[in-house]
Amino acid sequence: MNSEAREQILNSIRNNKPENVPYSPLRDFSSSGVEGNILELFKKHLKEAFANWHEVNTMDEAISLIHQLHPDAKVICSATPEITGNRPIHAADDPHSLEDVDVGVIRAKFGVAENGAVWLTQEDLIVNALGFLSQHLIILLDPDKIVGNMHSAYKKVELEKHNYGCFMMGPSATADINAVHIDGAQGARSLNVFFIKQMTIV
Amino acid sequence: MCAKKIHPEERAAEFLYKDNIHEPLHDMHLWASRMKRDEQAANIPEWEEFRDLASEIKRHTLTNLDHYLEQFEKNATAKGAIVHWARDAEEHNKTVYEILKSHQVTDVIKSKSMLQEECNMAPYLEERGIVLTESDLGERIQQLDHEAPSHIVVPAVHKTKEDIAALFAKAIGTDPNNSDPHYLSESMRQHARPIFMKAQAGMTGANFAVAETGSFVVCTNEGNADIGAAVPPLHIASIGIEKLVPTLDDLSIFIRMLSRSALGSKITQYTSHFTGPRSGGELHIILTDNGRSKRLGMPDFWESLKCIKCGACMNTCPVYRRGSGMAYNYTYSGPIGIILDPSVDEERFSELPYHSSLCGSCSQVCPVKIDIAEQIRKWRRVMAAHNRLPLTRRLAFKVGGYVLANPKLFRMGEAGAYEGLKLMPDFMIYNKLLNAWGRHREMPPFAKETFRDWYLKNKKQ
Repeated sequence: MNSEAREQILNSIRNNKPENVPYSPLRDFSSSGVEGNILELFKKHLKEAFANWHEVNTMDEAISLIHQLHPDAKVICSATPEITGNRPIHAADDPHSLEDVDVGVIRAKFGVAENGAVWLTQEDLIVNALGFLSQHLIILLDPDKIVGNMHSAYKKVELEKHNYGCFMMGPSATADINAVHIDGAQGARSLNVFFIKQMTIV
Repeated sequence: MCAKKIHPEERAAEFLYKDNIHEPLHDMHLWASRMKRDEQAANIPEWEEFRDLASEIKRHTLTNLDHYLEQFEKNATAKGAIVHWARDAEEHNKTVYEILKSHQVTDVIKSKSMLQEECNMAPYLEERGIVLTESDLGERIQQLDHEAPSHIVVPAVHKTKEDIAALFAKAIGTDPNNSDPHYLSESMRQHARPIFMKAQAGMTGANFAVAETGSFVVCTNEGNADIGAAVPPLHIASIGIEKLVPTLDDLSIFIRMLSRSALGSKITQYTSHFTGPRSGGELHIILTDNGRSKRLGMPDFWESLKCIKCGACMNTCPVYRRGSGMAYNYTYSGPIGIILDPSVDEERFSELPYHSSLCGSCSQVCPVKIDIAEQIRKWRRVMAAHNRLPLTRRLAFKVGGYVLANPKLFRMGEAGAYEGLKLMPDFMIYNKLLNAWGRHREMPPFAKETFRDWYLKNKKQ
């Protein structure tokens, strides 16, 4: 580390900074933008974000729905023990080994009603690249684990426990050519949320 | 930087008179973003309160920036990130190169970073044998066309799909007659994947850095920054020192405003938080000054450092929408560019403050309430005080000032202009060489009589 640069930058700031503008903690915004049933709100915004949702009762149902949604999928890689794909994943895996994954399955920690995003951490993804190299994503989400807005969401992210965490709002998108919306710019081409409670593995 | 003075009106005219397709499309796309922004803002009852809060949080952070940078460094280091400091562009680029060299990196995949643009990093690394690939679609288009981004959020917004079809046909072998955006986008996805797989390092910028946790946040719609950070073993993030916010609570305000202000979506598709390296990876953070701490000491202009680079001021600006970002010839264009760029090089960018109608719409949409229009006016004053005005405008203002200070002279001049303009041939008023601004505009018709004449006639009634 260049300690001379560090000291010079900090000193230059100290010499130049204007008089202190005081800081007051924010008031409670937990209901901002949150009206009515938050599960319904989440579903609505998920669709606006070009994703889709399904009510699923059992894991067998979930597995058959995955095949129904992605009939041509050859490689299914699940980061949650609730679903077994045909490609095991371990934290020590080289991310490059996920290049050919057709469908990635991940359990999200929670969803955000305000915008339809789900919160995924390194621990949920096992290998971060699963969330981005997979052609399609299936996100399992407990319908009781939805917060109202980003203010509530940031109280739950526990960044100190997760070196990586992402609010993912639907599939990868771009509008860089002629302002036309396109799914699947670089990351997942589609994102389906399955509402299903976490099964306790005995 | 000491290249010659930029004349934005000439560059804007080039865009404006290219054909009758580019400018109307550009204008339409950007205005659509502005309309979507309005719709999103209207849906949050607290929007105006948020603008005040966002401004205050940034003002607080900037006036205590040394403290928050130290806190950020301490927390990021504790989580295993390696933090570097760079005083200027040269030091930033050198630091990047040294990290890459010590890891034997030859291929880098990068996502959008205005700071890396500002530092002119790409040519620096390319001269030293590093192959750099932009992963954001818009940035990639600009890279293949050897052109700088024209807009900070939508870098290729000034190009039509036909332009891009022709470019991709040459660069990556697509069908030159197929300009379907889906086809073009898919072709780039197919082309980029192997490059992602081959790269030994990923580079990103940061939208925010959070002091209390030592995290930085990257917002993208394509997920390209995440692939770059997740696949190669080495991640280097360039972060301007003004990107700090104190807490996650504060961050929530900015995340709710950023994409709503930019493109009118609720958040970006991906809002990613990096707190230390990923498992099995290495993370380097380069905290870069490059003129920011100096700007902090400019009483009239320091608040420009609050900018969160949403692009709302560009989308709303009537001058920007007509003339495009290419007019400004620097990383930061549009209204925010007008107030940032002169502090980088006053002489080179001395004409930018005149590339504005001072309508003030930029100040109204800015999510962090930078008084952009007011700062543009103040930069004009600086340019005049420092004798940077071109001779014609200097003389015109001198005469104007003298005449306005002398009522008799003013009345004489008014009568003269009144008669004179009636007689003046159009070629003098709309001359291309004398006045690029007049080329597409009709002078308004003159009133039948002067206000003074009307007043004198009517005051008795």
